[in-house]
Amino acid sequence: MSDRTTDADALSAELARSRRRRNRALLTLIGGILAAVALFEGFFLLRDSQAPKLVTALFAMVWGGGGMAILYLVANQLAEFAPSEWQKRLIPIVFVAPAIAFVVYFLALPAVRTFIASLYDRDGTNFVGLANYITVFTEPFMLVTFRNNVLWIVFGATFTIISGLLVATLADRSRFESLAKAIIFMPMAISLVGAGVIWKFIYAVRDPSDVQIGLLNAIVVAFGGEPQAWIAQLQPWNNLFLIVIVIWMQTGYAMVLFSAAIKAVPSDILEAARVDGAGEFRIFFSILIPSIMGTIVTVSATVIIFTLKIFDVVLVMTGGQYGTDVIATQFYNQYFTNRNFGLGSAIAIVLLITVIPVMVYNLRQFNKRETL
Amino acid sequence: MAMSKGNPFPRAFVNGTLAVICLIWLIPTLGLFVSSFRPRDEIMSSGWWTVLPHKQWVTVSEMKPDATIDRNAPMTFEGATATFEQFRQGVETADGKRVVWIGNKRAGTVQVQQQEWSGLPSVTLQNYHDVLAGKDVTIQSDTGEEAVRKGEDMSDAFINSIAVTLPAVIIPILMAAFAAYGFAWMRFPGRKLVFALMVALLVVPLQIALVPVLTDYVHLRLNGTYLSVWLAHTGFGLPLAVFLLYNYISSLPREIMEAAIVDGASHFKIFWRLVLPLSTPALASFAIFQFLWVWNDYLVALIFIGNVPGVQVLTMRLADMVGSRGSDWHLLTAGGFVSMILPLVIFFSLQRYFVRGLTAGSVK
Repeated sequence: MSDRTTDADALSAELARSRRRRNRALLTLIGGILAAVALFEGFFLLRDSQAPKLVTALFAMVWGGGGMAILYLVANQLAEFAPSEWQKRLIPIVFVAPAIAFVVYFLALPAVRTFIASLYDRDGTNFVGLANYITVFTEPFMLVTFRNNVLWIVFGATFTIISGLLVATLADRSRFESLAKAIIFMPMAISLVGAGVIWKFIYAVRDPSDVQIGLLNAIVVAFGGEPQAWIAQLQPWNNLFLIVIVIWMQTGYAMVLFSAAIKAVPSDILEAARVDGAGEFRIFFSILIPSIMGTIVTVSATVIIFTLKIFDVVLVMTGGQYGTDVIATQFYNQYFTNRNFGLGSAIAIVLLITVIPVMVYNLRQFNKRETL
Repeated sequence: MAMSKGNPFPRAFVNGTLAVICLIWLIPTLGLFVSSFRPRDEIMSSGWWTVLPHKQWVTVSEMKPDATIDRNAPMTFEGATATFEQFRQGVETADGKRVVWIGNKRAGTVQVQQQEWSGLPSVTLQNYHDVLAGKDVTIQSDTGEEAVRKGEDMSDAFINSIAVTLPAVIIPILMAAFAAYGFAWMRFPGRKLVFALMVALLVVPLQIALVPVLTDYVHLRLNGTYLSVWLAHTGFGLPLAVFLLYNYISSLPREIMEAAIVDGASHFKIFWRLVLPLSTPALASFAIFQFLWVWNDYLVALIFIGNVPGVQVLTMRLADMVGSRGSDWHLLTAGGFVSMILPLVIFFSLQRYFVRGLTAGSVK
């Protein structure tokens, strides 16, 4: 008797549970569909929005942040209804798939599409094989472009490393460390366009009979020299005046990484060397440099990548005139000004190929660390 | 020995060198900042460094030379004797004054000047008014003529920059955090391979992606909208975001995770209740990175927004001004400063997180 009631109770409880389960599944599904519709409709709403700008932006944040959160929640709930061995496979997909989808669509797939476009002619109708690449590596204007990128890498990276190391070492021994670092670091917050304006003002040149308002020419005139058009003359050395800008901006980055690395060098090693009578320069070159070699390589790689992709500074300072074109501006010129889609794509692919060594290095380093 | 044991370089040498370097680093921005507050005609007639107190020639008297004086022979004014050409350059007298011939040989005047300390420099907000205003502004030229032209409307561009930047920072964060957790604490086939793809894509140049994405955008009628830039920045920013957050989330103590799993918490719950709150510093690091990157970006905005008016961001407006008003330094300096004020404020108030992100973001 009592057994039967328990059975009946258990049965009705089980029924209620499964009904609740079903209801929850239904609710989740409806919620999911609503969220998906909201995200989808939001896309068109935002695309065609005529609302005040900041309202649109606010709505976009809710749409992007909130919509994604709900979608994650719903997808996760649905996955949890699946049998447990399926759950194991589904839930990771819920977590990583959206990011992967974005990255594939915005970076990986375009690389393939750009490569295909690079095999076609200027308006993408006829297959021309490697003709665009032959143009890239033989045309004189392309060779000037490559020469400039080599200048950027050699001078930009070298001087960024040297000045970053110098500042990090000096700041480490100074009481004004944080103030000095903040000053050296500040240009990193400024846009390359803004930096272009700042330095264009420094290089400004006027007729020799006028007062020079550009700092550099004012200094030259004060010492009895003639004012120069720094970024237009003396090709190819005018590139150096553009490279200075990037050294000015990137030294802060190098300094921060070097500073952290220097502080990690055990001080007893340095003390021991000092007790043994090693001079400060000897310590710097025989102990400090070797122990932060890893950081030096990292910083070099980052700065080289940065200089390879340099675009804004050149566009703002010279527009690529006076023999200052670099790969990224040449890509822009060929694709958007000249409307030569094939050649533009080929230049982009060459740019991609030049960063592959760094890519491989990054992967190696990452694998090494992960297996530890 | 003059050197102490603990600090073998003399402190004065270290601080002195550091001060010189810091000054060199500061001067370019200082020049822009100072100039943006100077009246237009002063910017054009003297270098910005002249706002520092210095001695300058000030005219104390002026006279019209007698028409009978032979201008081709040496002349004498204020006790100084020199030729016309020398007076044109300025001739110093014995008592420290200077005599300068102004104007042409026949009808010019002679000024007597003496050195005086410069007064306080004049400060104006007119440049800011001119670049921020969207309506017509009246410009007075050197000769006093008034010209009316359209303001640079940088206030509109400023709002556009905010509207572009905020969603482009918020949208990728959540997505990246989910993915980073998945890569760090879940086991699934292809995990290592897919994550390696993310690491590889860290350094891929954007140029490779611009054209195919633009093609699709044109089909979807997306180009020239904020949405196009938000989505693009989300896609371009995700590898770094996932990488930064992975580094942080994967280093959270394993015991906490395991304890939560033993308690029967789902991955979703662990992520939402435990990992996300614990990762605030890493989320902040990435948010600052992405903010500076998007705010300062020129290329992505240039390609996807193009020349659609009313949507252009600050960097585009500033670059346009460099092209169209190349020597109007009163506008360029003020415009430049408008474009960098917000990142500078964010940067200095949240520098700690930024530095942490920098050191964590490099593949060591």
